[in-house]
Amino acid sequence: MHLTERRIGNALVLAASGRIDHASAEDFKTALQPHLLQCKTGGDVVVLDFSGVQYISSVGLRVLMLAAKQTKSQGGAIAVAALQPVVKEIFEISKFTLVISCFAGVRDALAQLSPSALAAYGSA
Amino acid sequence: MLIRFWGSRGSLPVSLNTAALQEKLVKALVAAAGKGLDTEDKARAFIASGLDFPVSHTFGGNTSCVEIDNGTGEYVICDLGTGVRVFGNHLLDMHGHQKTNTFHVFMSHMHWDHIMGFPFFTPAYLPGNRIRIYGCHEALEHAFRRQHAAPSFPVDYDRLAATIEFVQLKAGRPYDIAGMTVTAMLQAHSGDSYGYRFQRGDKSVVYSTDSEHKLADPRETEAFISLFRDADLVIFDAMYSFAESVSVKEDWGHSSNIVGVELCQMAGAKRLCLFHHEPTSDDERTASIWRETQRLEEITRTDAPLEIIAAYDGLEISI
Repeated sequence: MHLTERRIGNALVLAASGRIDHASAEDFKTALQPHLLQCKTGGDVVVLDFSGVQYISSVGLRVLMLAAKQTKSQGGAIAVAALQPVVKEIFEISKFTLVISCFAGVRDALAQLSPSALAAYGSA
Repeated sequence: MLIRFWGSRGSLPVSLNTAALQEKLVKALVAAAGKGLDTEDKARAFIASGLDFPVSHTFGGNTSCVEIDNGTGEYVICDLGTGVRVFGNHLLDMHGHQKTNTFHVFMSHMHWDHIMGFPFFTPAYLPGNRIRIYGCHEALEHAFRRQHAAPSFPVDYDRLAATIEFVQLKAGRPYDIAGMTVTAMLQAHSGDSYGYRFQRGDKSVVYSTDSEHKLADPRETEAFISLFRDADLVIFDAMYSFAESVSVKEDWGHSSNIVGVELCQMAGAKRLCLFHHEPTSDDERTASIWRETQRLEEITRTDAPLEIIAAYDGLEISI
């Protein structure tokens, strides 16, 4: 799975697409892992732009849980933004909104995680 | 086949308390206002069709015990939680003390909530009854004997008058028992647990409780898909939310509605029955999980519909 990368100040916006299921979750994990290393105190904040994600299964959610756990232990911040309606419902039913921060859009996520990146996002 | 749920609660028996009962009455009375329910028959009809499930029902509080009535005349039971006390008393009410029976009992494991009904299973005290307890754990008999021993219980195991036999099964090997092909499978749970697939003709039931799905090993997922393949009914441990099962309650040995739906969808199962309900969940909460699971199935469906059922004490499912 390919993550489209966009840097906005200290924020790394990673756009995923398609289905994150039993067939693709491992690829998603592999693609995400290098970016998590810099998501630490004083480092990047990571926003996962899910506007192109049509479905996420339990194994995909587990990848997000591990990412949230890792970044928290590193003092970093990670969030998911722009969930499609079906994916949003899956997050709500699984109670995953309690595991990782979810925002309506990338702008909302930046507003919470990095005001400086938000300013850059506004001028972009 | 007819599947009867005598106990559906996980971990610990619970009961409806006065506050919860009165809240149901409040909701029922408000819903009944202006309906002219001036006879008991009218009131019963209204309860049957005019109230939300958690108002007219309770999921019940007995721990795991499920009967598989396959029409052979011998009784097949999964686990001996407190629900088996109700089952035993029901049989005596129906047939009296004189009729002797054969019981085939399949044990998922021997944690307390799955064996605690046995000392109160009256047929075990009656001569002529035959109870065959099947399981894959070596310490099967020891667990039952220990439960009956002082100071835990006043009647020693050796005073049980029924003929009780323990039968060691091997996971993965099919057995012909009570007119069915029965196959056990190892599951992730503290001290191990085993799920069972029961096949009779073209009908199949899977009993898979106290099973955690780590999702990290595709081979494990494939093994469960194989166990659930085309099953008419999968009785599934859905004790926790998915978020709980992979975070604060990881390694607690239980699963979620999310994983149940996914495995059943991948296996092409026809019905998923949410089971082993969390004891701290009231009827409203459990009904909410049921509705959410139905919705999840709806929005993730790619093939034939999967019927979502929530177990409750007294439920019967015909397959």
